[in-house]
Amino acid sequence: MDISFFTAAVVAGTPLLFAILGELMTEKAGQLNLGVEGMMLMGAVVGFKTALITGDPFLALAGAMLAGALGALIFGVLTVSLRANQVVAGLTLTIFGTGFSSFMGQGLMGEVIPESMKLFFADFKIPLLGDIPVIGQIFFNQGMLVYTGYIAAIVAGLYLYRTSIGLNLRSVGENTAAADAAGIKVSRYKYIHILIGGLLCGLAGAYLSLVYIPSWQENVTAGRGWIAVALVIFCRWNPYRVLAGAFLFGGLDIIGFRIQKYDFHISQYMIDMLPYLVTIIILILVSAGKSSAGSPPASLGESYFREER
Amino acid sequence: MIKMSARTDCSAKESAAIRGGAIILALVTVSFFIMILGHNPFSVYGSMIEGAFGTVYRITETLRKSIPLIVASLGISLAFRLKFWNIGAEGQIMMGAMGATFCALTFPDLSSWLLLPMMGAASIICGGIWGAIPAYFRAKWRTNETIFTLMMNYVALKWLTYLQYGPWKDPAALGFPKIPGFSPNAVLPNVFGLHAGWIIAIVLVIIIHLFINHTQRGYEISVVGGSENTGRYAGMNVKAVIIYTIFLSGGICGLCGMIEASGVNRTLSVGITMGAGYTAIITSWLSSLKAPVIPVVCVLFAAMIQGGTFIQMAFQIPQSAAQILQGTILFFVLGSEFFVRYRVSFIKNIKAGGEK
Amino acid sequence: MVNISKSFGDVKANDNISFSVNYGEIYSLLGENGAGKSTLVNMLSGIYTPDSGDIYVHGERLRLASPADSISSGIGMIHQHFKLINVMTAMENIAIGQEHGFLFRKKKVKDKIEDICSRYGFRLEPEKLVRDMSVGEKQTVEILKVLYRGADILILDEPTAVLTPQETERLFDILLRMKEQGCAIIIITHKLHEVMEISDRVSVLRRGEIAGTVNTQETSPMELTSMMVGKKVTLSIERPPVKSDDIMLEVRDLSLIDRDSIKKLDRVSFSVRAGEILGVAGVAGSGQKELCESIQGLERRKRGGILFKGENISHLTPRAIFEKGLRISFIPEDRLGMGLVPTMDLVDNVILKDYYLQKGIFLDREPARQRAEHIVKMLNVHTPSIYHPVNKLSGGNIQKVLLGREIDSAPDFLVTAYPTRGLDIGSAHLIYDELNRQKERGVGILYVGEDLNILLSLCDRIMVMFEGRIIGTVDAATATKEELGLMMLGEVTGGVNSND
Repeated sequence: MDISFFTAAVVAGTPLLFAILGELMTEKAGQLNLGVEGMMLMGAVVGFKTALITGDPFLALAGAMLAGALGALIFGVLTVSLRANQVVAGLTLTIFGTGFSSFMGQGLMGEVIPESMKLFFADFKIPLLGDIPVIGQIFFNQGMLVYTGYIAAIVAGLYLYRTSIGLNLRSVGENTAAADAAGIKVSRYKYIHILIGGLLCGLAGAYLSLVYIPSWQENVTAGRGWIAVALVIFCRWNPYRVLAGAFLFGGLDIIGFRIQKYDFHISQYMIDMLPYLVTIIILILVSAGKSSAGSPPASLGESYFREER
Repeated sequence: MIKMSARTDCSAKESAAIRGGAIILALVTVSFFIMILGHNPFSVYGSMIEGAFGTVYRITETLRKSIPLIVASLGISLAFRLKFWNIGAEGQIMMGAMGATFCALTFPDLSSWLLLPMMGAASIICGGIWGAIPAYFRAKWRTNETIFTLMMNYVALKWLTYLQYGPWKDPAALGFPKIPGFSPNAVLPNVFGLHAGWIIAIVLVIIIHLFINHTQRGYEISVVGGSENTGRYAGMNVKAVIIYTIFLSGGICGLCGMIEASGVNRTLSVGITMGAGYTAIITSWLSSLKAPVIPVVCVLFAAMIQGGTFIQMAFQIPQSAAQILQGTILFFVLGSEFFVRYRVSFIKNIKAGGEK
Repeated sequence: MVNISKSFGDVKANDNISFSVNYGEIYSLLGENGAGKSTLVNMLSGIYTPDSGDIYVHGERLRLASPADSISSGIGMIHQHFKLINVMTAMENIAIGQEHGFLFRKKKVKDKIEDICSRYGFRLEPEKLVRDMSVGEKQTVEILKVLYRGADILILDEPTAVLTPQETERLFDILLRMKEQGCAIIIITHKLHEVMEISDRVSVLRRGEIAGTVNTQETSPMELTSMMVGKKVTLSIERPPVKSDDIMLEVRDLSLIDRDSIKKLDRVSFSVRAGEILGVAGVAGSGQKELCESIQGLERRKRGGILFKGENISHLTPRAIFEKGLRISFIPEDRLGMGLVPTMDLVDNVILKDYYLQKGIFLDREPARQRAEHIVKMLNVHTPSIYHPVNKLSGGNIQKVLLGREIDSAPDFLVTAYPTRGLDIGSAHLIYDELNRQKERGVGILYVGEDLNILLSLCDRIMVMFEGRIIGTVDAATATKEELGLMMLGEVTGGVNSND
């Protein structure tokens, strides 16, 4: 396999990277949002439509992120303020987002984004880093959003483990009642991080429709949102590991396409199953593992009501 | 300031009223959406109703669309009772349809009396196994079943695509990737103008209702769903309960696939489910997992889908508007549960607030 | 606090309560479980908001709408159930919600913690994870958390419930030192002797109302008791003698290693006679839960022998034990999480253990309905109907349903874990009496408890566990609390083992 495979794997992993980070932030606040797929689709369609109408990459990205955040806001109102079941609320968000994107995407099929924007997202070499053999070619000859992804993961890590707000956030997810008793504004933390999650998932969707494909197709996410939810577990809620997890799965995503030229006697549809099968295997291995290290935030998925006795 | 307190006194009547109110609010919200699109919401809703129930043909179509929803919702409701978040109905339907299609294509000349039950059994087994795999790992290692079952949907879809484009491709279709049509022996007969799937659905509603409320196995499901530890404490084999319940859940969804393949499509294709596996998640939740309520909710949802195709022709509103409407209704009903569980009252601010 | 009232649904938890505390004073709120003590102080800590009434701190009227308001008014609460995060270090737990700078500066926090430690005489490792701590250490973290926030009004909710007598002594020393430094301290407790020992003034709460406030030096335990229960009766626990010498249950070399390869039980051996109550004491998490679940057949990873009436049952499932005609009833610690199905009604909960004995596939609820009605009558369960979900009942009534079901099955052996936790005195004594009735029927009882006074007066012998081992077994009639306390900390004293 040549280096171009790994370069492509990083590209394919970038939407996953944003989506995993988004879900990770949400889960650190103790909320399990299964609507990643829905938020990504909302971001993908709004980003694409904005790009077609305005031709402005910044507006397109902003639109996509806001669309993701809008989905997250619905989830937040339902699960934080109204204490609805998080699993069902997340599922509904996915169903809603799927409908929303195919509704908005009506008639966009086959449209292609303007050349000027493709140029904006085009690859460029980072000075010095890009000259490192192999590594430079794989990681530092990429588009601007890929670099944004690296930075986002590192910033998320620093935020969680090196700042007081990050400490407070982790305490909300680990033991909501304790955080509340310590005077932390629990609902505010939850809302903010659900919204950050939505922004990132919207960006992930936009990356798919604007950069990765870059034309409109129905259901452009193809289950990547769900894979992202699974990879949060795989990455043990640690933003630094997300980099590895995302690019590994980016590789799996494109392997089917790449492998065709080697004339294996395996149907392409079978190879297409790979990312899903590997996700399943990882889920099983993680759950079968003995250690309690890397376990989810302890209050994940529970509604919190201060006066509940 | 707003004050909330837990309540335990909400009567069934009151909670039904709260839910009804939520559905109306959802409709109102979507009206605004329709108005932004430049249409009159009343005429849109009106023609949705007309499109769903306006003629005998449309009513038949609505009922036809409700059958897969009812059957899949029944299957899902069993899993949800266990707090097993089976969102793999979509894949289980496909696998069931594949099992049935295998029988139909292999024994096209067998008498209907033998072939149809055989297809039914095959679909239950295939769908059941597709559900039991995640259930096994959930029971053994508490593997996250939500993502597992969802991934299984994609695996099933790829598998079905493989069959359609590969081994099962109809040689008579001149290279067009389609699976051959069923022989008449493999097609569900029509009863009163609608394929016999509706009888299966009604019988299943009754069986599931009796099973959950009046049998020992059904009681075990409720206990384990209420508290796994209590199930263990009472001496139940909790793992076995999880695995066979989800086998049943997946099996019923599989049967749904057989009904669709045999009764409606008379063949198999990647579009077999029409998204019923996902919509059924909403309908079974809205029915509070109660079997007798499921058909009512499902017919209403089928009406929305059928009405959705109608407004697409009448107003050029995309059909997926129906999906948005469904999602919105569930959002509002989910939110409304809060008012069943908590009492919200407004009290006057105490003046002189002195945070120093 | 002036004229404070608070209701939950139809229940009035606090009715028109007023009291005041001075700086440099230790003040006790005494009352039995369910009297409304916790509710009252939770309003001071901002967890609950009062329905009516005012709160003044430093003479200033405050509205405490959230814990943040309460903290900024200098009020610090140490909750009965620690509000700590297990996967974080002591230092992180202390700093939560406090560091207002953007970056989390470890050094600064550490210095401040060490400063407080030396001022009050605490010992603490700031980098130690809370999940590796003993109960006493966790409490230290809780207290430090409060002091770190600069609180000068400290509220401790049942601080000694989980401590050994020795740890309690140390806590009291620290509290006295804080008092000298001018803090106002409120202690909530239901233990009379602690009130007498440490506090300056005491208010007694009864059914949500203040029954009286007195200076500790001018009162006696007798007077306080009568204020607590409202009538001049002293409730005592009987201890009928053990009549039989037949060994009902014998455990030999029972060991258990859990999923994380931690030894939960280490060669545990003991026996219980028919009609005997064997108490089990020990710091929480010393292996009591695992022991109970092993005997019941729930724990499958164990090694060693469990002989019940001479028959080895160590490898049988609960159902297999039941089918051999051996009746072991088990009242687990976590009633709603294990003994009962919270969302089900009384009838469906009563049928839980023997539904499968019915013939055919269907389920007949009629026998269970009759039994549920019988239990409601026998134990005076307060419920709107037998078709009411159990999680909507009060703690005492939930426990009665569970106990009722277990006793109704005419057991030979009864395993109970903390059966009276959270119950008011009346309900608790009802349960002690019922246990004694079972004892006189010849039932062997294993009683896991936390209140040493109760263990000493109810049980015949007391076995002390420490880190999965049995440290010793003592005769309850002659043992003392101090002796038990030392054993709970792992110190082997010359405990008499009557099996030897």
